[in-house]
Parts: sequence; structure tokens; C-alpha cells
Amino acid sequence: MPLQLLGPGGLGPDLLLAAVFLPLAAALVCFLLPRLAATLGLISALLTAAATLALMLGVLAGGGMEVQLGGWQAPLGIRWRSDGLSAALMAMTAVVGAMVSLYAAAYFRHTAYERTYFWPIWLVLWAALNALFLSADLFNLYVTLELLGFAAVSLTALGGGAAALTGAIRYLLVSVLGSLAYLLGVALVYHGCGTVDIALVAACVPDAPRPALKVAVAAMIAGLLLKTALFPFHVWLPPAHGSAPAPVSAVLSALVVKASFYLVLRLWLDVLGGGDGDGSGRWLAELLGVLGAAAVIWGSVLALRQARLKLLIAYSTVAQIGYLFMAFPLAVAGGAAAWTGALYLALAHGLAKAAMFLSAGSLLRFGGHDRIAELDSAVHRLPLTLTAFALAGVSIMGLPPSGGFIGKWLLLEAAFQQGRFVLAAVILLGGVLAAAYVFKVVGHAFTPAERERRLRSVPPGMEWSALLLALAAIVLGLTLPLISPLLQVGTDAAVAPPVSAAVALTAGGAV
Amino acid sequence: MTQPVFWGLVGMALVVMGLYALIVHAHLLRKVLALNIMSSGVFLVFIGLARRAPGEGTPPAADPVPQAMVLTGIVVAVAATGLALALIVRLRALTGRTTLGDEGGH
Amino acid sequence: MTEPQHRPGSGRQPASDGAAASGTSRAPEALPPLARVLLALALLGLFGGLAAAVLSLAQPAPGLAAAVAERLDESGVSHPVTAVLLNFRGYDTLLELVVLVLALMGTWSVGRARGCAGNAPGPLLRQLPGLLAPLMVLVAGYLLWVGAHAPGGAFQAGSLLGGVGILLCLSGRTLPPWAQRPSLRVLAVLGVAVFTLLGTVAALLPGGAPLDWPPAQAKTLILTIELAAMLSIGVILAALFTGGRP
Repeated sequence: MPLQLLGPGGLGPDLLLAAVFLPLAAALVCFLLPRLAATLGLISALLTAAATLALMLGVLAGGGMEVQLGGWQAPLGIRWRSDGLSAALMAMTAVVGAMVSLYAAAYFRHTAYERTYFWPIWLVLWAALNALFLSADLFNLYVTLELLGFAAVSLTALGGGAAALTGAIRYLLVSVLGSLAYLLGVALVYHGCGTVDIALVAACVPDAPRPALKVAVAAMIAGLLLKTALFPFHVWLPPAHGSAPAPVSAVLSALVVKASFYLVLRLWLDVLGGGDGDGSGRWLAELLGVLGAAAVIWGSVLALRQARLKLLIAYSTVAQIGYLFMAFPLAVAGGAAAWTGALYLALAHGLAKAAMFLSAGSLLRFGGHDRIAELDSAVHRLPLTLTAFALAGVSIMGLPPSGGFIGKWLLLEAAFQQGRFVLAAVILLGGVLAAAYVFKVVGHAFTPAERERRLRSVPPGMEWSALLLALAAIVLGLTLPLISPLLQVGTDAAVAPPVSAAVALTAGGAV
Repeated sequence: MTQPVFWGLVGMALVVMGLYALIVHAHLLRKVLALNIMSSGVFLVFIGLARRAPGEGTPPAADPVPQAMVLTGIVVAVAATGLALALIVRLRALTGRTTLGDEGGH
Repeated sequence: MTEPQHRPGSGRQPASDGAAASGTSRAPEALPPLARVLLALALLGLFGGLAAAVLSLAQPAPGLAAAVAERLDESGVSHPVTAVLLNFRGYDTLLELVVLVLALMGTWSVGRARGCAGNAPGPLLRQLPGLLAPLMVLVAGYLLWVGAHAPGGAFQAGSLLGGVGILLCLSGRTLPPWAQRPSLRVLAVLGVAVFTLLGTVAALLPGGAPLDWPPAQAKTLILTIELAAMLSIGVILAALFTGGRP
């Protein structure tokens, strides 16, 4: 089978290398040759996406894989590990990244200055995302987190106005604070276990000194929640995501917050072993679930009250993040399907939210503003953009056959099976509120124009990339049989690399 | 109390003091300084505890791995400070403000 | 502690009167006293938890000192910290250099630098760089070399070079024309470029892995990377100091 060629025995390790080093090298070249930045950036973005998707196919065909950087075994060196969870998120990043790059090529066509800085920083951001999804080393993850945070902050500031700068500075302060909390946890883990490799730390967890380990886990998770903008840490998100240029908002909302969520999930599953070991794990899961439910309600209500389209979409992100954390109490109580649901929601939200921000950018470019009440007649002039927004809305609301529907369905099923009717009600209520804010936008777009305004044309690249992303969010719901091996996280069927003999051996020796 | 533990506690105290200053002060320069104090605290915890008595069969020198990690952390902190100061200077040139303006805080 | 709040020379633009007025009407410290007391108490509790964590750590410390010592002769250098930084955990160092380049990109994207020509140095600052700069460059070179077997290395050397740049800027000197934009960019990315290139080549060798230095060539490779990294760090730190793109 040719797909096996992409697996562990074939090109697989080279694809891991390409996923990180290709965008990184391209970023340097774009920085050195500003005039060619857009062309080179777009080409290398498409190549990176192709390599990452090939990597996902390799994982599907041949199972997870592992690379030891520098050739050193785990306690001394750093490992890359590609399993179903990371391959799924990297593939979503690839799809969103390719479409955002197409969009950005058109969006920044007439702004030479922003273009020359957007491309190198965006490519570094992509490299940081892939590096984060691949790393199996807690300290290395800290470095990738910081890299990701600085790239996101720099892109936020690219707009240059006072609002963008204020949003970027607040984002930077929060991001650094979150990373420091995470690093403090890593320091305690290292001094408790003498290693920062995820597999080795997991082996050490049962015997680790107690208050130290608990404080370490609390610090790491708190820092990551701050970066994921889980309620009540969400205050920084809407100004940053709402004031950045449209392709940047799409990247921040669709990808960057997912990275820190992924890391929480990774810690929970791979280091803490699912958190059902002792009572405090269950307690923490319940807390995360309550915060998630509060985020769903609060974010949706605030989204409904916004007068500006981009802020509405940003608050919708706050709400959708909530769903991801509502999976924790459900999964700990025995429904591993809840993890699959959360991951499905994360993927669907990534695709749909990117499509929403990109269409908002087109509407903004078209009318010169994003006041929802004045979006009249947009549907006649930008039918593709409006279609993209509506289709993305279908996935955000969780209507069939979208990816968002599958994710919510799995969560609902778990909630009903366990008799958690309050959580089920919140999931349903969030869907209703989402429908309300999506229809608020679409409804205004359908009203006839009252007066003529000066309107700018929107390049087709901007309209089509948003539409393709929205379609991908819908199609995701139909591909469950194809990609489900990637999403069986936290179960025995999960795609995981064979833990290398060396790591297993040292893990045995370390305990 | 051994010396490494003492430095660990001092580091934790710096973290908490930095966090207090970060929340209390509105001026952005002070917030950046507060974050720097916090990161110094984290580094002190990381590196101070590396001098604890090692197990048998290890050389008496301090563990080099935390030292290398802290060096990495310092460079990251410098980069963060540089970027933050550039943004703050630009914000002041644009608006005259040196605070975030609205009290949402974080 | 109340601080005097005048900022000398903060000439406010008429356009930003609204923002300025709201800026002065608000207390410089945002929190009311009661909230501060509560905050301090909460943070005291937090400190208690953190201190308990430190105190609970086992006395015979687990760590990697022995593992590093065991493989040190394969690393190409004899100083353990340098071996960790550039061989065992070289990937961390690569990403950290990327962080520096990224900070430079971010700073340059925000706006133009004030430039060093406007700095009016006093007599001391006018004379000092001529004496100190050559000495500092020399010491930087020494630190780079000595890093292979004693404390030192690319970061210490690069910070010194950055210091040279800052000193020259403070004394009002500007970049010579040849060091303007293109070569500045080349120098800034040199460290990451060399590191990435060598790391990729190492991966493509038969049986190799990314950043896997063959023991026989390890010392040469590490010194090459450190030299490039030192130059990049020096240039980036000095450029960050000027606060914008040239």
C-alpha cells in the first residue's frame, strides 16, 4: 500500500522534520527578501500544508511515530512524537493555514508594509504550532508556547492602531504570565522527577513528592487556561481577536487557542493518566466543566449583545472554548467518547471560526466597517462570503451534518448516559444562543440597502478561501469513518507511537 | 533549612511579589518590570533547587540541565521585554497613554 | 507608597485629550486599598502553597547530572552546560534563537527606530566607547572560545556584543552604510539559518536524526553554530534596544 510509504518506516520522520523546519526556513527567507515575501510565503505555506497532510495520512496508515532530536534518548534529549491527537490538530492547522495564506495573499495585496511582516511572522507561528503539537518534552513545550505567543502578539499589533496595540500589549502580558506559571510547574516537575520527558514524567507521577506535584500540575494548567481564555480568564481575548487584521484574527481564534487546549489535554491524558487516579483529579475535572459551562453561557450572551461583527465572532470563540472543557467531567466519569467529541468540536471550530473571521474581513473590506446593523444588501454583492458565514454558522450552532454537530452529539450522548442533565441543558442552550447570534448577522445582511454607499470590491481569493473553509467544517461531519482512528483519544484504540524501548526501559529504571 | 531550599523559597516569594505588582500597577512599564521579577523568581526556583544533594554516584557539581534551561528562559524573557517595550513606546507615541486604558485587566 | 506622577516631556497631543484626561483622573494605582489588602492576603496563601511544594521535594535530588556526565565525551565539548545547550538539548536552543529573531520581526513591524544619531552624549560617553568597544569585542571572542570547557558560550559573548552596539548607539554613533538593512537582516538570522541548515543535513545523513552531530565533527559544528549565534544575538539585542526598524 503506497500510503505506508508515508509512515514510520518510510518518509514519516522526514515529514515531521518538514512540518517544523520548512515553515521556519521559509520565514527566514521571507524576512531576508521582503519584496518576494508574499510569493515565497504562499508557496511555502502550501508546501507545509501538503507535508502535514501527508504526515496525517502516514499516521493513519502506519500508526504513530517518533523522532529523537539530536539522536539522544529521552531523559537526556528531546523527542518528537506524532500520534492521532497531534496529527489531527496538525492537519486542521494545515487546512486553515493554507486557506488563510490564500486569503492573506489577496488581503495584503495593496499594503506592502504589512505584507512584508505578515508572512515571516505567520510562518514562524505555523512552525511553532507544529513544533508544539509534536513535542513530547515539557520544557521544550514551554519554548514553543512562548514562540507561539510572541508570534501571535506581533501579528495582533500588525494593524498598528491604538486598539490593536492595546490588544497586543494585554495579550503579551497575559501570554507571558501564562507561560511563567507553566514554567514554574515544569521546574517543580523536573526537581520532583528528574526529567521533563512526558512518558518518563508519567511513569514518575505515582511516586512523585505530593504537594510539589499537585502544585506543579495546578500551575501548569492555570497558565494554560489563561492562554486558552477559558472563562473567567477570557477578558483579554475579544479585544485582541477583534482588533487584529482578518487573517490574523482567523489564525488566533482557530489555531492559537487550540494549542494551549491541546496541551491541557495532553497533560491530562498522557501525564496524569486521565485524571481518574485519585479524588483530586475528579474534582479538577468538575471545576473545568463548571468553568466551561459558564463560558458557553456568558460568551454566547455577550456575543449576542455585540454591535460589531468581529467582536461578536470573538465572543463566540469564548463560548466555543467552553464546550471543549465541558468534556472533562464527562470523560473522567467514564465516557471516553467525550474526548472524541471535544476533539471533533476543536477541529470543527477551527475550520468554522476561521471561515467566519475571513468572511468578516471581506465584509469589512467591502463596506469599510463591520457594524452588524449596517450590513444591509451585502448578500447581493458578496453572496459567496455570506454563504461562507452561514455555513460556518451551521457548524458553530451544531446542526447536522456539520463537524460541530458530531462533536456536540457525542458530548450530549455522554451527558445523558451519565444523567448530567444540567450539562446537557447548557450544551443545548449554547446551540440556541449560537443560532440567535448567527441569524442576527445573516438577517441584517438580507435587508435591502437604504442608501448607496461607497463600496470596495473584494478579490475572489478572499471570498473563495472563506467558503472552502466553511465547506470543510460541514464536510468534517461526513468524514467520521475516515478520520475516527485519529480521534479515539484516551481509549485503547487510539493511534499512538510505540513508546520506544529506550524510553520504556529508562522509565522502568527511574521509578 | 538547606541552602537550595532557601533559594527555592526566595524564588517563590519573588514570584508572588511580582504577581502582586502586576495586578496592582496600571502603568505598563511597571507591569513589564513585575513580569521580569516573576520570571527571575521562577529561574531562581529552577536553578536554586538544582544544588540539592544529588543521589549516589553523581558528580558533586550542580545539575547542568536546569542551568541550560534557565539560560534559555532568560533569553526568552529578554525577547519578551524588548517586544513589550517596543509596543508600549509605540502606544505612547500614538495616544499618549502608558496604561491599558480600560480596566479589564486580566 | 505614592509616586510622583509627572512625566517630564510628555507633551500630549491635542487629539488625545480625551484619553489624557481620563488618564489623569484615574488614580495611578488601579485598585482600592481594601482590594489590595485582600489581594495581598490571597497571594500570601498562594505563597504558602508554593513554599509547601518546595519543602516537599525529596532530598536526594533526582536529576540528569549523571546522565550528562556519562555521555559528555560524545558531545564534542567538555563543559556540561554547553553540551546540554548545543548538543543534548540543542533543539531548545534553536527555538530560543527563533524567539529572538521573532522579537526583532515584531519590534520592526511596529514602527521605526528613533535612531542613534539623536543621542547627545556627555564627555564620558563620547570617549568611553572608543576604549571599551574593542576590549568588549575581544572578551566576547574569548568567552565564545572558552565556552567549550568552562562557563561561557554564545549567549554570554552575544550579550557583550549587544552591549557594544548599545554603547555605540548611546554615544550617538550610527550604523555605517554597509551595515544598513540587508546585511543587518542577514546577521540577525544567521544563527538560526546555520543551525537549521546543519540540523537538516544531519537528519538527511544515513541513520541520522535532526540536529544529530557525529561525535567526530561535533566540536567543529558546535563552534560554527555558536559563532553564528553569537553574531545574531549581538545584532538582535542591539537592534531591540533601538526599538524599531532602522
